[in-house]
Amino acid sequence: MNQDPGDARPAQNAGSESVTPSPDASARPETEADAARSGHVPDDVADSRAGQGTSRRRLLGALGTGGAGLIVGAAATGVALAPRLESGAGAAPEPTQGSAPAGVVSMFGPHQAGIVTPAQDRMHMAAFDLIKPNLKDLESLLRDWSSAIGYMTQGLPIGGSQGAGGADLLSAPMDTGEAVGLTAANLTVTIGFGRSLFVDSKGKDRLGLGSKLPQALIELPHFAGDMLEKARSGGDIVVQACADDPQVAVHAVRNLSRIAFGRASVRWSQIGFGRTSATSRAQATPRNLFGFKDGTANLKAEDPELLEDHVWSTGLTGEQAWLNNGSFLVARRIRMFIETWDRQALGEQERSIGRTKSVGAPLSGGEEFTEPDFAKKAEGGLAIEKDSHVSLAHPQQNNGVQMLRRGYNYADGSDGLGRLDAGLFFIAYVKDPRTHYVPMQKRISARDIMQEYVRHTASGLFAVPPGLNGAGGYLGQSLLES
Amino acid sequence: MKKSLLAPVGVVAVAALLLTGCTDNTKTSAAAASSSDGVITVSESETECKVGAAEAPSGQVTFRITNTGSKVNEFELLAADGLRILGELENIGPGVTRDLQMQVEPGDYQVACVPGMIGAGTRLPFKISDSGAKVEVSADRAQLQKDAVTGYTSYVKAQSAQLLTGTQEFVKAFKAGDEAKAKELYAKTRTHFERIEPVAESFGDLDPAMDLRLPDVESGTEWTGWHRAERDLWPDKGYKAMTEAERKKIGDKLMSDTQKLYDLVYSSDFKIDVNTIGNGAMGLMDEVAATKVTGEEEFYSRTDLYDFASNVDGARVAFETLEPLLKNSGDDELIAQLKEKFTAVQTLLAKYKDGEGYVSYDKLTKDQVKELADSVNALSEPLSKLTKAAVKVK
Repeated sequence: MNQDPGDARPAQNAGSESVTPSPDASARPETEADAARSGHVPDDVADSRAGQGTSRRRLLGALGTGGAGLIVGAAATGVALAPRLESGAGAAPEPTQGSAPAGVVSMFGPHQAGIVTPAQDRMHMAAFDLIKPNLKDLESLLRDWSSAIGYMTQGLPIGGSQGAGGADLLSAPMDTGEAVGLTAANLTVTIGFGRSLFVDSKGKDRLGLGSKLPQALIELPHFAGDMLEKARSGGDIVVQACADDPQVAVHAVRNLSRIAFGRASVRWSQIGFGRTSATSRAQATPRNLFGFKDGTANLKAEDPELLEDHVWSTGLTGEQAWLNNGSFLVARRIRMFIETWDRQALGEQERSIGRTKSVGAPLSGGEEFTEPDFAKKAEGGLAIEKDSHVSLAHPQQNNGVQMLRRGYNYADGSDGLGRLDAGLFFIAYVKDPRTHYVPMQKRISARDIMQEYVRHTASGLFAVPPGLNGAGGYLGQSLLES
Repeated sequence: MKKSLLAPVGVVAVAALLLTGCTDNTKTSAAAASSSDGVITVSESETECKVGAAEAPSGQVTFRITNTGSKVNEFELLAADGLRILGELENIGPGVTRDLQMQVEPGDYQVACVPGMIGAGTRLPFKISDSGAKVEVSADRAQLQKDAVTGYTSYVKAQSAQLLTGTQEFVKAFKAGDEAKAKELYAKTRTHFERIEPVAESFGDLDPAMDLRLPDVESGTEWTGWHRAERDLWPDKGYKAMTEAERKKIGDKLMSDTQKLYDLVYSSDFKIDVNTIGNGAMGLMDEVAATKVTGEEEFYSRTDLYDFASNVDGARVAFETLEPLLKNSGDDELIAQLKEKFTAVQTLLAKYKDGEGYVSYDKLTKDQVKELADSVNALSEPLSKLTKAAVKVK
């Protein structure tokens, strides 16, 4: 027992006189009915059952058409949403009808937002497990989440302008409030389903969705060197929240967790403090914690045909058809032994990666975006070593398959031995992990020189359903209603 | 939802008539056990508790209580869980006969004679059979709020009375150095404190004096109370045991603080309102979430699950006390939700029952702790709506 009273001093609990109410998942349907009866429903989210205002579903629908739709939606209700929108618009350079205000990424479209969306600077990802696996909870959760995501991605508090607190002092506010006054910061929230949502570890159907298990939603094999922590891996549902403001991303996961209480609980969550990939040519290639540019050869939003070939699920039929226009998300928590890495001579570092540290040019010569020449000879062998990272990971060496990488640097403090617990939270979106991830990772794990400096500590594979096309829908609907 | 796990709906009527419906008289009663007019005679003293019948038909029920002893006495009708007091007569003087009259719905109950008005008293099972008679429920919300306050006040008093006698025994064993006995009584006695902890907290210095954990003690201040004794009973490595004089000092202080709590609760100045009851329920569950489910509360004895269960008991009693108000305002959905979630937590806790008590916290796996934490979150969400639903005018 190394308990030193002087150290850990938990905060005193609030007494009966100043009780801090614990979070309140006001976004649940029964609550709306509740609130409607007591007459405290904010106008912009008034439940249609109460016979006033706009229903949440209709609101979502109205939001669907982007900025213009938003204005229409607000005009139709003619209420509290409008002033809030004005202030939001004020922050944008020159909002015009037909385009979303700056900093707002629409949650609507054939594909979910947060995949080809230019990679935001921050990420908070969380995986949830259903508490009592059943379809009713799953559907209500996805509906409530979709509604909340609709608000948050518009930069609004969940529940509308009064969502983070109005005149009602007796209830816990619907929204936790820490994002009030911040812009939407390009928030996107992307959800995916883990294999465990469909079948248990023995392959037995869990919720009645077993027949819809995508064939590609496999159990990832054990890769050489994997030291996976079960409590940080897997999960029934994953939520990826990305934003340019860390507070906005964390707010999203916090509120979605709160809404889920009683239906699903967080299995693990991970914060990424800086993007390591560019998903658009408008973005410069960022660096990972090894100090190297990462994702130079990444797929970009500007390559729709390539995305069609390598990222989006297409041509699925029958019980698998629900996943068309979706994708697969591979998540790997890759701890980097950066202290060891930092001591390596620059030559060794570049040899491991296969690129120069300064500009990120392949060791075969040229500039960052020059195609590597894997055949080029140099003194004593190949210019780019066969077991360098770029050689093993490059599409040229992987039957031309490509990934859309969307990873983040993470640092979870230190490990007690004076070393940073830091590394790369690798995220990739692929059409089929069996062809687009596993073969490459096998090779990397077995041979990559860089493997000496990394350790995979967590893993997740999720089927990402298609986007939300408009009115009345919810994320994941195609899975439940196909 | 298992109905048997829930408190009978009868609370409504019972609490409603608790004060208004009691007739007080000083007649000496007839000897008949249960006369034709449904009167159940009770005679109680320091040593006996004789209830003329073990069963009565639902509807109007009258207990006619005679104190045959020489000390002040008390009579209670309790819910089957033995926690919630549905009706009571306090301060029945020696030789005095008084009537406790109320409307009761069918179900299982307990009755208790509490001589001296301390401790749990003598308890007997009591059944109300279904007579088909309709039990009246007050539609007057202000009255229902008053009744809730009365009911909860009785409950708080009863728990502090049991805490008092329990603590007497514990302190006696602790001071005498009877470690085994003190350890056996420790968690069991604290149960009564944990059930009403927010009330103790409302008395300023009393809660810190009685229940502070080591990490909460500011440097330079003295550490007293239950957890001080806990560490001495379950010493960690390097801990220096208390001397007999120190044990006496800590024991006496705990005893006098417990007496103070009892006196405050029994004083006529003790006032609570519906807000306090609802927020108290939240406070108890917040306690569970903050220090019980994490195993921080009973760091040395590892009896955290006792406290956990007691906090949940207390929150449930508060909810059930306010239930008539929720019913009155049509918050049936919230009632159903809370019942379901309370039952879920309690069913889960029951898995860790060990005899009269609970298994040691360190026997729980990480997954089991997570499961408990999830159930607490699931309950606390709807529970945060309780106060608002109860205080609203309608």
